[in-house]
Amino acid sequence: MWSRRQGRLRPTVCAVEELRRRRREQEAALRKARREQQLVSKRLLREDAPEEAGEGCVAAILGEAEVQQFLRQAQRGAEEKEREGALISLRRGLQHPETQQTFIQLEGSMRTLVGLLTSNQALLQLEAARCLHELSHSEQSTIAEACLPATSYLLTYLSGHSSDFIELCLYTLGNLIVESEAVRRQLLPQGIVPALAACIQSPHVAVLEALGYALSQLLQAKEAPEKIIPLASASSSILASTLPQHMLQMLQPGPKLNPGVAVEFAWCLHYIICSQVSNPLLIGHGALSTLGLLLLDLAGAVQRTEDAGLELLACPVLRCLSNLLTEAAVETVGGQMQLRDERVVAALFILLQFFFQKQPSLLPEGLWLLNNLTANSPSFCTSLLSLDLIEPLLQLLPVSNVVSVMVLTVLCNVAEKGPAYCQRLWPGPLLPALLHTLAFSDTEVVGQSLELLHLLFLYQPEAVQVFLQQSGLQALERHQEEAQLQDRVCALRQTALQG
Amino acid sequence: DGDVQRHLYLQDVLMQVADAPEKPRVPAFACQVAGCCQVFDALDDYEHHYHTLHGNVCSFCKRAFPSGHLLDAHILEWHDSLFQILSERQDMYQCLVEGCTEKFKTSRDRKDHLVRMHLYPVDFRFDKPKKSRSPTSAEVPGDSEERSEGEAMEICSEPVAASPAPAGERRTYSHRSVSKLFLKHVLNVCSVLRILGCTWAAALLILNSER
Repeated sequence: MWSRRQGRLRPTVCAVEELRRRRREQEAALRKARREQQLVSKRLLREDAPEEAGEGCVAAILGEAEVQQFLRQAQRGAEEKEREGALISLRRGLQHPETQQTFIQLEGSMRTLVGLLTSNQALLQLEAARCLHELSHSEQSTIAEACLPATSYLLTYLSGHSSDFIELCLYTLGNLIVESEAVRRQLLPQGIVPALAACIQSPHVAVLEALGYALSQLLQAKEAPEKIIPLASASSSILASTLPQHMLQMLQPGPKLNPGVAVEFAWCLHYIICSQVSNPLLIGHGALSTLGLLLLDLAGAVQRTEDAGLELLACPVLRCLSNLLTEAAVETVGGQMQLRDERVVAALFILLQFFFQKQPSLLPEGLWLLNNLTANSPSFCTSLLSLDLIEPLLQLLPVSNVVSVMVLTVLCNVAEKGPAYCQRLWPGPLLPALLHTLAFSDTEVVGQSLELLHLLFLYQPEAVQVFLQQSGLQALERHQEEAQLQDRVCALRQTALQG
Repeated sequence: DGDVQRHLYLQDVLMQVADAPEKPRVPAFACQVAGCCQVFDALDDYEHHYHTLHGNVCSFCKRAFPSGHLLDAHILEWHDSLFQILSERQDMYQCLVEGCTEKFKTSRDRKDHLVRMHLYPVDFRFDKPKKSRSPTSAEVPGDSEERSEGEAMEICSEPVAASPAPAGERRTYSHRSVSKLFLKHVLNVCSVLRILGCTWAAALLILNSER
């Protein structure tokens, strides 16, 4: 396909379109793969949790008789301290999965616990809620489902005023949401979305963090894109509520920004965007400019060498921006909605440097954003060139194959913008770097290098001579036999020899 | 990877929440609200107690509610005579779920809606129908009926000085009220108890033991 294009004399525009289209397909495929990766890593990590919970746990497993006794004491004890103590003992026992099983199999146990949860004794209420929270930690959906009778009360208490209690209810709800679809099927008609929308106005940071957690679990549900996020499902719709606006408010940089809270809502936003239900709506709420400003803020924080769990916020913000930029709406909706601020490129490079030193695994995230910024925007490509960022970009090539492919893709984005851009790319360190990457064994890296070479030769024919002088042909011929690369290698050889 | 980081962070957060906080202890002090006899030695406990029992309290009948939303509904349905009049002509009983704008003719209809549409438990504590006090049914059943609209949180000792005026008002109103309204309420409560599968006496036993 590519070599055919090479043979005919077609105007350069078509070639560019083709590249752009292919790049978009690649992007979509990568994003899909990553999304699936998300699910896998989540499950793996949750399996580790019980072992962590087990360590350092002092209490023993409780038997049926003991559970019954504690429940009876909690319900009918003479003194409040006694009742509270019984619940504390029960809670400690419930840290063990075996006790949890025993508890739910005991008849009337949940009913008693719910009774205590709704009792007129505040401290008993709190301890009962803690017992529920222990149960919510379970990995088994049967245990989560056993907690169903309590959910309407947990939701009711979200509109209360006791911030510790609300926080506990939120974490409990979040845990239950993850474990069982049956729980979610009950919580949605019970009004969890309006309850969360009301709760998000709380001034307490701990409550907001807990809310972000619960919401993020709800948004990761497999049925979320159809049943939870869309506008159509009126009462349970996230997008129809005031939640998106509040979330964006909490992501606005400034003195009021709380990192812990921002992290939770950045991830929530990421899940909503990934569902691709209605991203133009989010863009309409100002998501792009808020996130862009936040990115600038993060870069600033990095330069001041404030660590404070920065990476935790960087990853979701980068992803949100990257994904939003692929929305067609960004291009069609007028200039005001587009992320026009070229400081973003500088900020991004500051972050890339930071990742390079501290967290190389996040480099692909940053490069992904750079790719989406440069793909369709000549002005961002210009920024890249005028800020002299090509060399720093090339320095990232040795990190890993994935990073190499992305760096090369970004450079292709710049090169395909035309001769004026290629002139800034070469002469320079680019050609030696390409000759180097041609020596890699990874097919994708080599493939992307070939694409870049093609563009370079197209717009800067003088580069061909230098390429040949530096034994470029031999480098090419090394990959002649490779099935995926054959066509491109041959076409490039032809160009080089003709030119 | 970013996701791995995210989940490690979450695990940390969840472990922190699960370990019960070590409360900083202070010298024991009593709740200052009139008539409340609770004593505390930790500020967090007191805060929760205050919000739960003295936060959203009905000024007429001193009942406490978990939220302002439920308190408002209670005052409207229990203590607003205009509400009673209007409810004979139009649907006034608002659904208790925040965000749901449905209204109903009777408390019973609302409960049906809560159970069917919102999957609420049949014995939801914060929605028991109000029964007007009748002088014939003395203290004993009167007690069980008190478990109405969001009543579950009573402060530990009802102040004796609870204004007799509102209570008196209610009683005279119930006398004035059309007898069929009273009958409807009785039937409501009976049917609620029937759903619970109890008789009056059994209901009392359960309620007393849960105090």
